[in-house]
Amino acid sequence: MLLLRRKDIVCQQAVELVTDYLEGALSRRDRRRLETHLRACSNCAAYLEQIKITIQLTGAIEPDDLTPEARSDLIDVYRRWRSE
Amino acid sequence: MLVGRYQQPMLRLARSFVPSQAVAEEAVQDTWLGVVRGIERFEGRSSFKTWLFQILVNRARSAGSREHPSAPIESLHTVDPARFDAHGQWADPLEPWPEESEDRLEAATWLPILKSALDDLPSRQRQVVMLRDVEGLSNDEVCGVLGISGGNQRILLHRGRTRLREILEAELKKG
Repeated sequence: MLLLRRKDIVCQQAVELVTDYLEGALSRRDRRRLETHLRACSNCAAYLEQIKITIQLTGAIEPDDLTPEARSDLIDVYRRWRSE
Repeated sequence: MLVGRYQQPMLRLARSFVPSQAVAEEAVQDTWLGVVRGIERFEGRSSFKTWLFQILVNRARSAGSREHPSAPIESLHTVDPARFDAHGQWADPLEPWPEESEDRLEAATWLPILKSALDDLPSRQRQVVMLRDVEGLSNDEVCGVLGISGGNQRILLHRGRTRLREILEAELKKG
């Protein structure tokens, strides 16, 4: 059986802390506990890395080109604006 | 062109507040009208983008509450408990993802998957992830635009990012 010291966190807790960690919102104590865990656990370190990649890829989403419908809507908006 | 740059992100954000694409398109149109009328009142205290999204959220919210009075209930979505053993440790080792430069994480391959995953997020998660991770607003700006607390924003961001990672992982496993 695995004995945990009270200050240790387990993987299931660690993964729920990653966003607060990346946002700088963890208390100093929790931050230290998480970092200790990440150094010892390659799975959670990989998980954090995957979250970072996910954020990077999400940041690469670009607005789509305007659809013809959107384009004609905008022309309408412009006409309404001109006529006011 | 300004409008071209923002049209799709605005539609996507508006859609998360309202029940149909048509209502979302109306909210975006109203927003541009609001921008045109209010541009003199834009004092540069926030970025133009933040101001724009603020107007959009106000319009979409009031359109949404007219058409859809009750907000949908969101399920609590974090990491699947089945991934962990009785001690809270990973049941199976996590496979590191290949480097981004490798073919399998090529942006062109992943963007369509990620885009549709983003569209499938519960609306409030989608709003936060879009503004933070797609549009690059700061956490303070997102809280201002959506009128939510920092803690609430982090919870929504956490759930949204967790879900997107999960989708990417599932796709990678398919190979």
